[in-house]
Amino acid sequence: MRTAPLSAASTSPELQIRRSRALPWIALVLVALAVLPMILSSYQVSIATQVLIFSVLAMSIDILAGFAGRTPLGHGAIFGVSSYVAIYWTSTMGGDIWIGIALGVVAATALAAVFAALAIRTSGVYFLLLTLALGMIVWGVCLRWTAVTGGENGLRGIGRPAFIADHVSFYYAVLVVVAPLTWAMWRLVHSPFGLTLRGIRDSESRMRSLGYNVPLHLFLAFVVSGFFAGVAGGLYVLFNNFVSPSTVQLSQSVSGLLMAITGGIGTLLGSFVGAAAIIVLENAVSAYTARWQSVLGVTFVLIMIFAPEGVVGRARLLLARRRSRSSTQRRSGG
Amino acid sequence: MDRRRFLKTTGLTLAAGTGVLSAPFVARAQNAPIRIGLMAPQTGVVAAGGREIIDGFSLFWESAGNQAGGRKVEILVEDDASNPDTALQKARRLVEQAKVDMLFGNLLANTGLAVANYVKGNGTPYFIPVIAADDLTQRARIKNVIRAGGYSASQFPRPLADWALKQGYRKVAMISQDYTFGHEQCGGFAQTFTEGGGAVVGQFWHPLNTSDFSPYLGQIAGLNADVVFAMETGADATRLIQQYASFGLKDQIPLLGAQNATDQSVIRTMGAECEGIVTSAHFAEGADLPATQAFVKTYSDKFSKIPSLYAFSHYVGAMWVTKAINTINGKVEDRDTFLETVLKTDLPDSPLGKPVRFDDYGNPIYDVVIRKTAKNKDGKFWNVPIATYPQVSQFWKYDPVTYMKQPPYSRDFQGIKKA
Amino acid sequence: MTGINLFQILNGLTFAALLFIVASGFTLIFGLLRIVNLAHGALYLVGGLAGYSAAKASGSFVLGALAAMALVATLGAVLDRGLLSFVRGAELRQVLLTLGVAFILDDIGLVIWGGDTFSVPVPQALRGAMWIGNVMYPKYRIFVLAVGLLVFIALWLLLNKTRLGALIRAGVDDPEMVEAMGINIRRVFLGTFMLGAALAGLGGVIGGAFLTLYPSADAEILVFSLAVVIIGGRGSLVGAALGALLVGLLNAIGQVLFPELAYFVIFGPMALLLAFRPLGLFGRAA
Repeated sequence: MRTAPLSAASTSPELQIRRSRALPWIALVLVALAVLPMILSSYQVSIATQVLIFSVLAMSIDILAGFAGRTPLGHGAIFGVSSYVAIYWTSTMGGDIWIGIALGVVAATALAAVFAALAIRTSGVYFLLLTLALGMIVWGVCLRWTAVTGGENGLRGIGRPAFIADHVSFYYAVLVVVAPLTWAMWRLVHSPFGLTLRGIRDSESRMRSLGYNVPLHLFLAFVVSGFFAGVAGGLYVLFNNFVSPSTVQLSQSVSGLLMAITGGIGTLLGSFVGAAAIIVLENAVSAYTARWQSVLGVTFVLIMIFAPEGVVGRARLLLARRRSRSSTQRRSGG
Repeated sequence: MDRRRFLKTTGLTLAAGTGVLSAPFVARAQNAPIRIGLMAPQTGVVAAGGREIIDGFSLFWESAGNQAGGRKVEILVEDDASNPDTALQKARRLVEQAKVDMLFGNLLANTGLAVANYVKGNGTPYFIPVIAADDLTQRARIKNVIRAGGYSASQFPRPLADWALKQGYRKVAMISQDYTFGHEQCGGFAQTFTEGGGAVVGQFWHPLNTSDFSPYLGQIAGLNADVVFAMETGADATRLIQQYASFGLKDQIPLLGAQNATDQSVIRTMGAECEGIVTSAHFAEGADLPATQAFVKTYSDKFSKIPSLYAFSHYVGAMWVTKAINTINGKVEDRDTFLETVLKTDLPDSPLGKPVRFDDYGNPIYDVVIRKTAKNKDGKFWNVPIATYPQVSQFWKYDPVTYMKQPPYSRDFQGIKKA
Repeated sequence: MTGINLFQILNGLTFAALLFIVASGFTLIFGLLRIVNLAHGALYLVGGLAGYSAAKASGSFVLGALAAMALVATLGAVLDRGLLSFVRGAELRQVLLTLGVAFILDDIGLVIWGGDTFSVPVPQALRGAMWIGNVMYPKYRIFVLAVGLLVFIALWLLLNKTRLGALIRAGVDDPEMVEAMGINIRRVFLGTFMLGAALAGLGGVIGGAFLTLYPSADAEILVFSLAVVIIGGRGSLVGAALGALLVGLLNAIGQVLFPELAYFVIFGPMALLLAFRPLGLFGRAA
């Protein structure tokens, strides 16, 4: 049984050209992100930070949904468990915040492994429902195990360390963490391992007949996805300073999935667009009306009907269409 | 134009544009409006109560001409969606983006606690007419959190327990929602009841949103209690009262309850099954007091329903804080003076019908009414007073310092005195 | 704490009857149309609320139930023809679309009815309690049990003794074959969707009388229906019945014995089944 290596040693010429074309855009985006706090108010910077954190959650979901072809509805629970463990370690046990966050990430990864072990055999709608059910079990535990989780009151954090206490420095700290995380996820989904996942997404039976260990790949993908969701949960602890059962409930998983879908399932970076869109939209809508739930529902429906590939996915399609049109024009001697 | 200049120009244009849009509030002139952030659950499981919080609050401001202390008042309403994470997010938005001068509201205890913890860090005045978590004005007192028009959970069940003992009841079975609010109300009742010679023959805790009370009612029926005390809110209250009647217990054992159990928000859609339940509160909408009936009439004319606890308490809270704002001529920016003044303000003429004032811990002292559900002249159910306990504080007859040495009420500690 | 007695068993059975009414609709839609209709709970709630208003206005419980079923069947038709027609064949897109619809319906319910807790008025004849063995038990709940049984019989007859039923069963097993036989499968699908939705509406009125209707009732009943259908198996009526019995009894017993672990008792079996036997007890492979 073959398993693909996780890191890519090869770089084809095509990949190198793509990378050098992308580099200036990446630099531009990073500069824009770095400059953002200078043109936004302090509160708006905290919104931007929130977008960055939830982009990581959405990307972690995209690894499974977009690249492995398994759409999960339980990542909110994995995300939230990381927060719970970190805050429990610091507030209840009086431990160090960084160790707490590390423990949270470990806990999230372990939980993802448990979810994965149970869910691997399923796919499609059944996978969705199973992860949903597992997420609900976690929620039930967080709600009822009052001695540890504080029950419906939740747990309060101990605040941020002084050097990232204000919104702007915290924003930069999160940016400094999220950028390499994004790079790591990007490399992962474009590595041979990622390519194998995509093969599994497109045709599981073919990959099996080719000798790939499909369950192992899916298991690893889920665990890695859980790891990143856990990191997002750790950042969330620093951001929110509070965790409650609503952090792990189904709506968190739905929200993360919607962000990934809005940006574009399978694009990875689309998650940033999706997270920004949903969070900014929520802020804007809530200022005028309490009907956010309807707006969210309508958005969901419209995306599913008209743009299931999301914003970035749609942009890519249009770009590809234009490029093929111009290349056929060139070829036909225009 | 090369790329670098393009970027620079675009960047500057964007900066100029967003700079204008996001200009932070510069020095606030004295005649700038006072901004109040009201958070209420407009969606989620307690949305009906949230609606009434907003209605009661707005009704006061309308009647006051939307001004206080000589300044205009702006109310910004945010939905806390009946959950603490959202409440926290909205509190941040109100304080940091909308720059409100004070926060008001919230309904569920866990949302209130999350917001209270947040304002502890930045000193924003936070008034909570409905959040009843005991410790916010006891062991974990936060100085800028004040229960204007509010009460602590264990405050009212104590006089009810005393009244029950006076009726001759000696054995109580208790059923309650299993969360802090329930623990505290039951603790207040149990401690007073047992200290007065009664006994708690059984306590049943059930998760919030229990649709089926039959397991508990079945067990209660077998306990030989003289009286049952039910601590229920919202849908659970409706279902418990209905099932208490449909299982035949209504005719066998008298039912006492926490005030939320027979609040208008519960009984206004109910029929005969809710008749005759005795509860205790800081008001009774059926009380024959001019201020109370005037408020009930104004509210019912406007909203076609008799006001509930949520409407009463937010109206009173707004009224109380306004009186303080008037005293300091609108200078709410001076937070220490503002908070001090609120605590020193008495409110003699609110819809509660009796004068009220604060104790030394930010919690009001009320004349508690023991009230019973009955039909009014229109055939609707409301609560009418049958007894009064004057000047009840959150500490009942205990000395505050000694009282606070005992642990807070929880599922494991109910203050029950062993015989 | 006393052990399990007739009381709790009756509670479990009556709750199971309600779950069956709702879940049977869900499993029909899931079985034939292969759509996991996450708006099913919202249909229950909106149907129940509409039925409540109709019953209050007309004074008749039966009229309320019929109004609810009619309204929800119509909503189902709109959902199927209007929205789901755009995403035929794309399983996940359908599921997520119904989730969006659930949000919208839930909010509409909140706007129209205001979020209070409502109980559908019980007909006079069914009020009060009666003796079952040695316990006093509410008459209305026995009525729910009876309705559940009636619905089971009616659906069983429909599925096994009518041509439409045969088409539905064939479609559950092999939709392409049915289409190839030249039958207007689209109309069968639409009819089934409307029937499934109507059952949710009926459930809303029936459940609304003893469990009450309130803003998160839709999510709760949806989650229970999911458990029932997963355990019983996609598209199987008998499976839905057995699943409902299992979930109903586990819920009632679990509440008495381990109220702390309420969710494990339902979701534990559901998760295990999904992991090791996704087809449930009686489901057939897609």
